[in-house]
Amino acid sequence: MKFAIVVFPGSNCDHDAHYAAEHVLGQQAELIWHKDTSLKGADVVVLPGGFAHGDYLRTGAIARFSPIMQEVRRFADGGGPVLGICNGFQVLLEAGMLPGAMLRNASLHFHCEHVYVNVEQTDTPFTIACTPGRALRIPVAHGEGNYYAEPDVLARLEKNRQVVFRYVDASGQRTAAANPNGSLNNIAGLCNERRNVVGLMPHPERACELSVGSADGLVLFESAVKAVSEGAFAISR
Amino acid sequence: MTITNELIAQHGLTLDEYQRIVDTLGREPTLTELGIFSVMWSEHCSYKSSRVHLKTLPTSGTRVLQGPGENAGAVDIGDGLAAIFKIESHNHPSFIEPYQGAATGVGGIIRDIFTMGARPIALLNSLRFGSLEDPLVRRTMAGVVAGIAGYGNSIGIPTVGGEIGFDESYTGNPLVNVFCLGTSKASEIVKAVASGAGNPVYYVGAKTGRDGIHGATMASAEFDEKSAEKRPAVQVGDPFMEKLLLEACLEVMRTDALVGIQDMGAAGLTSSSSEMGSRGGAGVEIDVSLVPQRESGMTPYEIMLSESQERMLLVAKRGREGEVERIFEKWDLHAVRIGEVTTDGRLRVKHRGEVVADIPNKALTDEAPRYRRPTAEPSYLKEAQQLDLASLGKPLAVREVFRRLLAAPETASKRWVYRQYDHMVRTNTLVLPGMGAGVVRIKGTRRALALSVDCNGRFVYLDPFVGAQHAVAEAARNVACAGAQPIGATNCLNFGNPEKPDVMWQFVRAVEGMGAACRALDVPITGGNVSLYNETDGRAVLPTPVIGVVGLIDDADRIARRTFQTADDAVVLLGESRAELGGSEYLKVIHGIVRGVPPAIDLAREAALQRFLVDGIAAGLIRSAHDCAEGGFAVALAECCFDTGLGVSAELSRLETIEGFADIAALFSESASRVIVSVAPGAVEDVLSRAAALNVPAVRIERSRAVL
Amino acid sequence: MRARVFVTLKPSVFDPQGTTVAEALHTLGYASVKDVRQGKYFELEINASTPDEARRVAAEAADKLLANPVIESYRIEVDAPAHAEMAR
Repeated sequence: MKFAIVVFPGSNCDHDAHYAAEHVLGQQAELIWHKDTSLKGADVVVLPGGFAHGDYLRTGAIARFSPIMQEVRRFADGGGPVLGICNGFQVLLEAGMLPGAMLRNASLHFHCEHVYVNVEQTDTPFTIACTPGRALRIPVAHGEGNYYAEPDVLARLEKNRQVVFRYVDASGQRTAAANPNGSLNNIAGLCNERRNVVGLMPHPERACELSVGSADGLVLFESAVKAVSEGAFAISR
Repeated sequence: MTITNELIAQHGLTLDEYQRIVDTLGREPTLTELGIFSVMWSEHCSYKSSRVHLKTLPTSGTRVLQGPGENAGAVDIGDGLAAIFKIESHNHPSFIEPYQGAATGVGGIIRDIFTMGARPIALLNSLRFGSLEDPLVRRTMAGVVAGIAGYGNSIGIPTVGGEIGFDESYTGNPLVNVFCLGTSKASEIVKAVASGAGNPVYYVGAKTGRDGIHGATMASAEFDEKSAEKRPAVQVGDPFMEKLLLEACLEVMRTDALVGIQDMGAAGLTSSSSEMGSRGGAGVEIDVSLVPQRESGMTPYEIMLSESQERMLLVAKRGREGEVERIFEKWDLHAVRIGEVTTDGRLRVKHRGEVVADIPNKALTDEAPRYRRPTAEPSYLKEAQQLDLASLGKPLAVREVFRRLLAAPETASKRWVYRQYDHMVRTNTLVLPGMGAGVVRIKGTRRALALSVDCNGRFVYLDPFVGAQHAVAEAARNVACAGAQPIGATNCLNFGNPEKPDVMWQFVRAVEGMGAACRALDVPITGGNVSLYNETDGRAVLPTPVIGVVGLIDDADRIARRTFQTADDAVVLLGESRAELGGSEYLKVIHGIVRGVPPAIDLAREAALQRFLVDGIAAGLIRSAHDCAEGGFAVALAECCFDTGLGVSAELSRLETIEGFADIAALFSESASRVIVSVAPGAVEDVLSRAAALNVPAVRIERSRAVL
Repeated sequence: MRARVFVTLKPSVFDPQGTTVAEALHTLGYASVKDVRQGKYFELEINASTPDEARRVAAEAADKLLANPVIESYRIEVDAPAHAEMAR
């Protein structure tokens, strides 16, 4: 199976996602330039972290218009698994592929640190191999991760079990102190109604080897491999 | 246009220097030529006060692939790879506009690395501010940290470590020194040369505006009340543009269509074109009307002196233009041909076809003025070196001293700072900030590199020769504590006004001390930066020669961290402790004074200590290592316990000192060459005998351990 | 023709930057400033033959790109040449 990792001008974490997929997990991975119009037969699409277009105007606001995004949308509409990490999550929000928007961190500072996130839903292609309720220790690194959605949208998200990842403390408690950016309901990541498009602010690709501090993020990539091989989220081409 | 004495002075040139210009050209210069000379002969670009002394530093070694003279230095790290690194300052702009001053400092050093063909993989910074009691200082510090974070995070290079110091002398003159490291194949290092007659000269990157004009001359002058008027000279950085440039340049370098490339830093187009020509023994002819401009009506003078950021100058092979242009187009960048290489060794600047400047390259670079300025031992020195402990009265209870030292900004946790830096991007960071040397792995190999930047300005102030040795020793020791063999160094020399004999004396003595330590520890200097005129209203900063050391770890699985690993490990103190409170954090925080002489340093002992550490960690015998620095033994021991949930009870030997100060000296003396290591109980014998074999004093000090 | 687009956060959205600015003003002695909301301002130079056309182009630009409808709203002012003359 193959991972496609989209590279926007200003993406930084494309190489990290590629390394995780190919070097750590042993899967095929290809970097796709944002001006391309083909995903080259990928089974999973990743929109990586970084500062696409310098985060100018708003994070992800310009990247959503890149030529490749038409293909990404078509892929998602056909049921293909799409993972948006950090800036990638922001692009999915701006593209309307996930509901809500990102604001600046409540502290007004960029935060880079390890946090704990609870995996609340294991029926997405990126959490299918996760143990329900087990918190993962994964780093965040962002200045605009303060998730916002209008009250009725937020209520619907919770009701539909679309909140996939939530910030918790080391003992699994959902507290204000565990929330690094002020996002509503401690939301760290969510999925669309169809459950094939997932976005999260933490960086799982930075937590794939113990040598760099944590290997808890690898399970998201392992889930994708499992999901594709079991055909649970096959794309209708 | 007449050139008056006032105009000459405004350009930062002396009348003698002006006469040299006239003699070189055989005529009076044009205004554009005057501008070009003024920036190239400024202190910042020419190193005219420092060059003769820097030449005494050791710059060669078996691993050195590139010493001083290029945009950065390079050392061989095995596996056919090279580490390319340098440290640079952006002090004056960071006082005027903290965020942009610091941001563009980061941008500048990153360009110096990728212009050599290396992908930048890590950043560190060494910062100095005044007292945090002062709201202006707090604002400066917040701006500087935000600027470093804003630029480094955006371009995606992790900031993995650094140091921050505080002293009143830095109030109007903050220091912002930024270090960058990159890697490349050793055979693919790119030089900044222009050669090959007729080869096209290209400009690529941001459009040129009026920013930073006379930035180089500003960096060569002190501040006074008029400094606020210099505000427009600060450049604004665009990390997104630089990211595009970085990727595009690395891609172009993978073809072999490039002859040479240099970034446009201080003195912009002027320095890059004249330096590339000078290195290649060639001439460069450009027409500035072809330069992409952001503002209308720019004169040749302005275009040549502009310090607009994120611009590169490159020389391509004739016939390969299309290839080069296409790669830049892919990244939405415009590479514009602005001239060509000639054989006459001159920098010729045209404007719409008309020559406005015509200068021999060498006059601007190798033949720039070089001064051996007068030196005189400062009048403060003998007096400041007197330390009468008895006159300080009865010391405070050690518990209280300890509490105050841990709370002092110098020693307190810098988490507020490094949390704003993305220190994990590129997934290479093995040791996170706040834990001593930064350590990054080299993917595709088993190796890692440890990095540290250090300087104790108080020690240098009290004895520049000894203080500079401490700086080199400390930086090398920090990487050795991670298990890395120090293999190269870079320096950023931050001093006051070199036209004052006492400042010049500090500088010369510091360079001598640095040289002695680098030789003794076999750590060659591969390049660096000098920042002079760090003075406001005649008051200079503490002389601060910051040293950056790169160390090589052969096996990334064998690194040591600063903190204790388990409750069972034994704790061994390496090195010799003496009652040496001169220049200490204790004196500064508790008594508000900087007095005495710095602790003695025995370079042979230091070398043996570092050898012991590197071998011991590689052998898996040493589980953690942390050196004693500001705050002495007590602060270091506490730092070994932080965030571990572990505690320790240790016993120290008594030190010879005056009545009442025995405990203070034992706990807070800052004797050099001391490291606290932890060792598995079964390995203690082995460790102690290895230490004895190298003549490294070692004594087991823990009496009991605790888990909290 | 110049169109000015003012983009502001919707009232329900928390604005930490605006709050910080208000606090800073209070520290400077401006206790009478009760609240601050921070927004963005764009100036678009548009080749349009009528103010209405310029306004339409600006509104489309705002809908598509300049404002994020989830969290922001906008208003537009157009400097038509006729108005500019009157201002003079």
